[in-house]
Amino acid sequence: MLTLIVLLPLLGFLLNGILATQLGGNRVGKPFVIAVGCGLPLLAFALVVNLVFDLQARGWTPLVETAYRWATVGDSQFEIAFYFDRLSAVMALVVTGVGSVIHIYSVGYMAHDKSFGRFFAYLNLFLFFMLLLVLGRSLLVLFVGWEGVGLASYLLIGFWYDDLANARAGKKAFITNRIGDAGFLLGMFVLFQALGTLDMDRINAAFAFTGASAPAVSASLVGILLFIGATGKSAQIPLHVWLPDAMAGPTPVSALIHAATMVTAGVYLVARMSGVYLQAPEASMVIAVIGVATAFFAATVAMVQTDIKKVLAYSTVSQLGFMFLALGVGAYGVAIFHVVTHAFFKACLFLGAGSVIHALGGEQDLRKMGGLAGRIPVTFITFAVSTAAIAGLPPLAGFFSKDEILWYALASSSGGSVLLFGVAALTALMTAFYMFRLLWLAFLGRSRMEPEVEHHVHESPWSMTGVLLLLAVLSAVGGFIAVPQFLAPQLPLPAVQETMQHFHRPLLVLSVLLALGGLAGAAYVFGGPPARAEALRARYAGLHRWLSGKYFIDELYEWLIGRPLVWVSDRVFLRLGDRRVLDGALDGMAALGQRGAALLGRVQTGQLHLYAWLVLIGIVGALLWSWRHV
Amino acid sequence: MDKTQLLLGLAVSLFALGLLGVIVRRNVLVMLMCLELMLNGVILSLVTFAYQTATTVGAVLVFLVFVVATAEIALAIPIVLLLVREKRTLNLDAYNELKG
Repeated sequence: MLTLIVLLPLLGFLLNGILATQLGGNRVGKPFVIAVGCGLPLLAFALVVNLVFDLQARGWTPLVETAYRWATVGDSQFEIAFYFDRLSAVMALVVTGVGSVIHIYSVGYMAHDKSFGRFFAYLNLFLFFMLLLVLGRSLLVLFVGWEGVGLASYLLIGFWYDDLANARAGKKAFITNRIGDAGFLLGMFVLFQALGTLDMDRINAAFAFTGASAPAVSASLVGILLFIGATGKSAQIPLHVWLPDAMAGPTPVSALIHAATMVTAGVYLVARMSGVYLQAPEASMVIAVIGVATAFFAATVAMVQTDIKKVLAYSTVSQLGFMFLALGVGAYGVAIFHVVTHAFFKACLFLGAGSVIHALGGEQDLRKMGGLAGRIPVTFITFAVSTAAIAGLPPLAGFFSKDEILWYALASSSGGSVLLFGVAALTALMTAFYMFRLLWLAFLGRSRMEPEVEHHVHESPWSMTGVLLLLAVLSAVGGFIAVPQFLAPQLPLPAVQETMQHFHRPLLVLSVLLALGGLAGAAYVFGGPPARAEALRARYAGLHRWLSGKYFIDELYEWLIGRPLVWVSDRVFLRLGDRRVLDGALDGMAALGQRGAALLGRVQTGQLHLYAWLVLIGIVGALLWSWRHV
Repeated sequence: MDKTQLLLGLAVSLFALGLLGVIVRRNVLVMLMCLELMLNGVILSLVTFAYQTATTVGAVLVFLVFVVATAEIALAIPIVLLLVREKRTLNLDAYNELKG
């Protein structure tokens, strides 16, 4: 059953990839592509739902299914085995559920694209690897999925590869992820050496022992190494640079891969390996600090971006930071809760942005939007709902998950502190501010569209708006799904510090106030005359330049890593190593042969007598030598 | 000086004579004959040693060398003939095309 779920999208990839692309000569038409591309993920979703009921009937004992024995090395077995428990169930539901609706949305969004079949083939490929990632029992299977989603992400970012910038963005994402993967691999090596298994349930169980039978490896080392992998995939500092550039791909891709599912793989990994992190307070603290720093940093950048997708991209980085903050303070269930709600509202936001871009014929600049509310009402309403959800207005989804993250950041007995809470709360305020800024600039106020564009503004087809409505409803009510409580038997929530107990209710009020504060701030700055925002920008010109330059991290990396790397590659490897040493050695040997031959060639005079003489001298010499030495 | 020493001395002088001829003379046919002379010197030494050690191996080897020498000369003479037809001379110095 689990194997079938995983293989369905692969089947879709093979069918569409072979029949509906240039590879197979475009044998089939669009209806086939849509039926296969959307049908199989929906079927997978139905099977997952069915399986969740099965799991419930079994009293939530995890399902294990071995599909294939990969290799037997010595005493170690490497199996492609699938594991289905509460955590996998939540992730698989999000991946197939949100994944399926985004597939449906893409039918409308990509309708006029010439590579329709290729797009759906890639999307299905992504889904296959993502399911491998969340359902795999062993870290090895997870890693295959992990690399596979990276590949699918690369292919989809560079989907419109005729534009060099897109291809470069894909390359950047791929290479940045490789850096993280190095850490992941090292973590796996260390674990395998110490425990002799890569099955995650066994690893968690092994780390539960303390004292003499404790694993002979530092949990913090493993934790940090695996977290390095997570920073790559989940775009945390210092490997966050690829995600904003990844927006070069088609918008449904940004929604599915770079907001709802793939980038949360790091969160899933840490939650899945919670047994290790429970024993690793140092690693957890690193995660919490990196998470909150990423959240804060990305939120500040998001406040000044002018590209609608860039704002959402930085918002995603920021929300991922929140999730890691929750992981760092031991609230694994809450992090997964935020993964779920974030998947709903961020998918809705991205798809809404896609609908806006679709309506404006490809325009992504916020400065050339405005006043769209009346023109594309369905998009506006859904966008507004999900904006309110991410900002944390009650009773929408984001409010519940974000409030719990803030609460545990303050009160968790495993690492919660006032400092973490303070930064997180400030970030929550900025989140509300930049999201409502986005809403205002895009939909409200006077129109700043080009007349030509304005003339063609149209609402998207029902396949897109229907999906938007569905996701908006989920963003609105998704918070009532009690994910942390559902996961609690597997991922217990951390204990709360005694002294903080009575802050729970004031904090609830505070988080509503933060959301309203952000809303009010955005309404004041962007709801009023345009001069107000201008004046603000002029007053903090230096800060604005700093933020819109994204802290010049890309430039820093370019200067610190890119240029030295190019210099070393060019000077040391190419000019010295390749041209001088390697080519030089080969050319030198050839030249030696040539010159030696020219020298020896002089002896070959064609005079038989000379040869006879030389033979004579040789024989006499040999005789003399042997006489002397024998 | 017994018979063996005498025969060996003869063999060495035959060989030396042949070698001298190969080195000194320019006429190809003479050089070939000198080569045969060298071979005969060697064969004589073989027979002598076979006689001295009272074995048959040396004698058998002699017949082998005869066959090889015959075959060699059978190849060499046509080559010389072709060369002479080409160059109209037996002088070795004219044949110097094979130089490096």
